[in-house]
Amino acid sequence: MGDLAINGDSAVALAWKQIDPDVCAAYPITPQTIIVEKFSDYVADGDVGTEFVCVESEHSALTVCTGSCSAGARTFTATSSQGLAYMWEMLPITSAMRVPLVMAVANRAISGPININNDHGDVMSARDCGWIQIFAENVQEAYDNAIIAPRIAEHPDVQLPIMTNLDGFILTHAIERMTPLDDAVVKKFVGEFKPFKPLLDYKNPVSHGLMDGPDFYYEHKYQMVQAMEKSFAVIEQVFADFKKISGREYHIVEQYRCDDAEYVAVVLGSSYGTMKAAVDELREKKGLKVGVCMPRIFRPWPAEQLAKILDGKKAVIVMDKHLSVGAYGPMYPEVAAALIKCKKVPAAYNYIYGLGGKDTKVSGFEGVFEDVIAGKAKTVNYLGVDE
Amino acid sequence: MNHKDMIIGSRVNGGTAAQFETGDWRSLTPIVDRETCIDCMTCWMYCPDDCIIFENNKMVGFKLTHCKGCGICAKMCPKDAITMSEE
Repeated sequence: MGDLAINGDSAVALAWKQIDPDVCAAYPITPQTIIVEKFSDYVADGDVGTEFVCVESEHSALTVCTGSCSAGARTFTATSSQGLAYMWEMLPITSAMRVPLVMAVANRAISGPININNDHGDVMSARDCGWIQIFAENVQEAYDNAIIAPRIAEHPDVQLPIMTNLDGFILTHAIERMTPLDDAVVKKFVGEFKPFKPLLDYKNPVSHGLMDGPDFYYEHKYQMVQAMEKSFAVIEQVFADFKKISGREYHIVEQYRCDDAEYVAVVLGSSYGTMKAAVDELREKKGLKVGVCMPRIFRPWPAEQLAKILDGKKAVIVMDKHLSVGAYGPMYPEVAAALIKCKKVPAAYNYIYGLGGKDTKVSGFEGVFEDVIAGKAKTVNYLGVDE
Repeated sequence: MNHKDMIIGSRVNGGTAAQFETGDWRSLTPIVDRETCIDCMTCWMYCPDDCIIFENNKMVGFKLTHCKGCGICAKMCPKDAITMSEE
């Protein structure tokens, strides 16, 4: 298949078509809608054998998906913002039931004030729910993550649900050039779903998601911790396997010009590209030793990997596209905790940016580095806010 | 039980409800009047805990180890042959 000019949502739908999951239940919400719209076309046209369940809400969507995946069906869904919020009741249940379903999340601000534009308010508010969370810089990565995701989630050592994140509008609606894989290559890479003790194995009847008293609740949570820890090795292996079929190389933490950098920014999602451009500008025009890294996965949190990259730097700048009002951005305390592992602990600054789709340009990101280098930065800074 | 043997996701082999004697919860006990009962099996269909005992197509009593005393059988009986009484 040749290269495509395609938006992020359509690229995710294309990946799903190639995977041909057993069940999909989803409810439309901007900016995710195109994924489910395109995919329901594939279902209607008979391109996939998927059972598409029309539901009346996201609450029902995730309930149907958790049930069908427990029954033994490979199950995909997608949502965004308020839709993810409406799923919240089931998010920790899905993970505690160890249901390895795949959900695309088109990242959008959480209302209110009501807003449909991009930030990370939705996915960050779901960070404690026991799901693996993987991020994409561009449309290619959104497509690749959709293919990588089931391999991670369904691995016997993991058995946890996974959110594949793509920035709303910036990736979901913007058309980029993308190199797809051949259908047969995707099919072979993803393989057959081998569910663990599925409900529909009527020869070996089981009950799922039983009530845990104090004797078992904590221990089942601890099993999830162990699964998250084991997932690092699984993710590395899946990335290595993916490189063999695609030539595209991914890491748990991506880094750009970090080796000799004195100041390193940590960003998530599409801003990684913007920040790379800012790094290039500052290095080439002003000779500043700056770099940027992106944790490709936010859960499990790659503290060790980050500490290795950030050890000995003069300062680390954590860019958060969400805000815990009254505290910091959500990633800042996590990076700060990771920095404690460094032999030479860098200074750490937090920049909140891009909330509710506030435009963030390369020049704005350059200014962040320049402010930190000039000693003008506070602990928490609000980039681009009109005070 | 050793926690290391715990199955992930609170997944357990089926049929464990039989080992859990919910009859302890009961405060009202069903009593059948065999003179009135017509063995129609309506109580058998409605009992949520599978506690109605049938032998040779005859309703012969209740499995009190698991009957919670909910009274659905008494409510549904078309002949009012079941009454709920305090133990």
